[in-house]
Amino acid sequence: MGKLGETGLAATAGPARTLGMEGECRASQARSWGLPAGGAGGESPGGDAPLSGSISSSALLQAEVLDLDEDEDDLEVFSKDASLMDMNSFSPLMPTSPLSMINQVKFEDEPDLKDLFITVDEPESHVTTIETFITYRIITKTSRGEFDSSEFEVRRRYQDFLWLKEKLEEAHPTLVIPPLPEKFIVKGMVERFNDDFIETRRKALHRFLNRVADHPTLTFNEEFKIFLTAQAWEFSSHKKQGPGLLSRMGQSVRAVALSMRGVKSRPEEFMEMNNFIEIFSQKINLIDKISQRIYKEEREYLDEMKEYGPIHILWSASEEDLADTLKSVASCIDKCCKATEKRMSGFSEALLPVVHEYVLYSEMLMLTEEIGKLEDKVECANNALKADWERWKQNMQNDIKSAFTNMAEENILYYEQQDVSFTEH
Amino acid sequence: MTENNFSLKKIEISVSEAEKRTGRNAMNMQETYTAYLIETRSVEHSDGQSVLTDSLWRRYSEFELLRNYLLVYYPHIVVPPLPEKRAEFVWHKLSADNMDPDFVERRRIGLENFLLRVASHPILCRDKIFYLFLTQEGNWKETVNETGFQLKADSRLKALNATFRVKNPDKRFIELKHYSDELQSVISHLLRVRARVADRLYGVYKVHGNYGRVFSEWSAIEKEMGDGLQSAGHHMDVYAASIDDILEDEEHYADQLKEYLFYAEALRAVCRKHELTQYDLETAAQDLAAKKQQCEELATGTVRTFSLKGMTTKLFGQETPEQREARIKMLEEQIKEGEQQLKSKNLEGREFVKNAWADIERFKEQKNHDLKEALISYAVMQISMCKKGIQVWTNAKECFSKM
Repeated sequence: MGKLGETGLAATAGPARTLGMEGECRASQARSWGLPAGGAGGESPGGDAPLSGSISSSALLQAEVLDLDEDEDDLEVFSKDASLMDMNSFSPLMPTSPLSMINQVKFEDEPDLKDLFITVDEPESHVTTIETFITYRIITKTSRGEFDSSEFEVRRRYQDFLWLKEKLEEAHPTLVIPPLPEKFIVKGMVERFNDDFIETRRKALHRFLNRVADHPTLTFNEEFKIFLTAQAWEFSSHKKQGPGLLSRMGQSVRAVALSMRGVKSRPEEFMEMNNFIEIFSQKINLIDKISQRIYKEEREYLDEMKEYGPIHILWSASEEDLADTLKSVASCIDKCCKATEKRMSGFSEALLPVVHEYVLYSEMLMLTEEIGKLEDKVECANNALKADWERWKQNMQNDIKSAFTNMAEENILYYEQQDVSFTEH
Repeated sequence: MTENNFSLKKIEISVSEAEKRTGRNAMNMQETYTAYLIETRSVEHSDGQSVLTDSLWRRYSEFELLRNYLLVYYPHIVVPPLPEKRAEFVWHKLSADNMDPDFVERRRIGLENFLLRVASHPILCRDKIFYLFLTQEGNWKETVNETGFQLKADSRLKALNATFRVKNPDKRFIELKHYSDELQSVISHLLRVRARVADRLYGVYKVHGNYGRVFSEWSAIEKEMGDGLQSAGHHMDVYAASIDDILEDEEHYADQLKEYLFYAEALRAVCRKHELTQYDLETAAQDLAAKKQQCEELATGTVRTFSLKGMTTKLFGQETPEQREARIKMLEEQIKEGEQQLKSKNLEGREFVKNAWADIERFKEQKNHDLKEALISYAVMQISMCKKGIQVWTNAKECFSKM
């Protein structure tokens, strides 16, 4: 099914999606980014709705694009639900047939679209004489014919993900490949086996695979399939092969493609896009830094608050008339602490990873710009990606901000209770 | 010094202004200080109108002088404290500088509060020196010093000595001392942590302000998202700015707690006075008992206690019966005097305990009332802070959803 065709030339993906080049590129990409990869809850919201707005700004209105309009509300609704879904909802404990999963994940979009579900979990530490490393379990469930079975379970380590990414980049030099989490965290403790670090990485790897799966072209990449399905020895021997036949073919195809299309010189658009990417990258980096800083400040605030409450209890021990009042103030402060903790976890679960992801994306894009020159595909990918990720991010921020307002509301509730009890005395 | 003819018709006292001044101090060196304007108005009952009767300028050191005077002349009263001399419990944004306008403003309020407390105290308000403090600008310092109150003040050493050696202080005062120690320690701890919490909260809010700047810059390159980002950024700025007022209000709460922190010291002063009085009494009783015993020994001829007289008698020979008679007579007189003194000291002591305890009860009620109100107002402040937060974030959320 068009595996060889999966090069940068023509994103003529599966039959269901062949709609003609430009439109297909936008529409299908729109759909794919809009869908959360099976239960990848918090990162997802299918902000496709306004995407149709951006599409209409380019003069291509395909029937499929209009279809999306009808689905707008459904997707919006779904996105809210999705954000509440647990990332690990596809754990083996739940019913496992892909079809039943489609039904469970109640999105009202094109029903046959999602046929590949991937989860990354269970990090495990392996110690050998040479090194220690972590592997992650990857479970794939699919209804696709080209897969030999409907379920696969493999273990991969970070190096393997890097390999996959390289392969994808080789095979599709003009597409935007989803980012991987960084090798190390430069600032803070460089503790590779720290629990938080492992968890953050696991989530990012999960997102990575799902984005590849959702991408209309990348999802049919052969190396991707091998990554998901090959058992340990099979996989390592495959990796050892030099640039395989496929990638060699890919390279020559790419060379042909370049010579055929030539470098279209659209200097103004190129400059504009370049400018945008540069500024965007700057800003998103700042936002990343600011968000991390806010998290840090909140943590310190929380630490102080934790000491603040108990003092009132201590005081109440030496008072008679004031004891009750003091105790209620103390309990309010404690509730405030809990609300703050909730807010912080919401922040770190949802906003921080997404912002960071886009930092990586933008870095990648800067490079892509330089390497790829301006090809139609890149532009197309960029536009769709750009419009979409902004939706995505905005919805994400939305959720975070509502977490804030929730926190504030909770605070109010507690303090109001407090007020009532005070005035009662 | 009290004068019953100090009219008790309703008066309003306010410390309305503060002014920086320069002058020459005792060592003839130039110094800068702040002077505070005290205005006194009397309220006519008939029409409720207030008339400015007095207005004069005083500096902090004069307030201190007044308070020290009150401490000496009313040792059984829990004398209201002055606002802090130097800024303590500051967090990073607050200045520790005495000349800082915010500090001066808060001190102005504190001084006004002090005067109002004295004026509303049933006993202190009648004091002449207090009246003169409000009305007589020049010469007041000399008048106070002329009372000689500094001489009457108990020395610190004497007080310390009494604290260690007193045998039978009233139990209630012991408890009160413990209470005031606990109160002081818990309030200072609370104020310290509160200052740290304020510092952190300030940080959280202000960092959000950076969002505002970045959003605004970012919105310049965005098409669809531009407006939403811009307005969201504006809300972030509002959020970041709102913390200043919030924390200023909280400082007032902190000041209310500080007053009671300093009240703890006033409580301890009363306890110390009691210990002194009690110790005085015990010493007098001891002396009297010793004299009585001496007298008895002389009269009966038995020497049970070691005395210098006894030793010298042994060394230099017995005294004559006349000499002995003379000594007995002297001792008997001393004993009589002593008994009188003891009686009056006893009376004094009991009076002191009674009066002091009455004022302490009054103080307890005042404290419970004031602190409860302060805690409630703190809760109200938090509620308003939360409401503001909700509003800002709801607005921001709207902007985000429109992007």
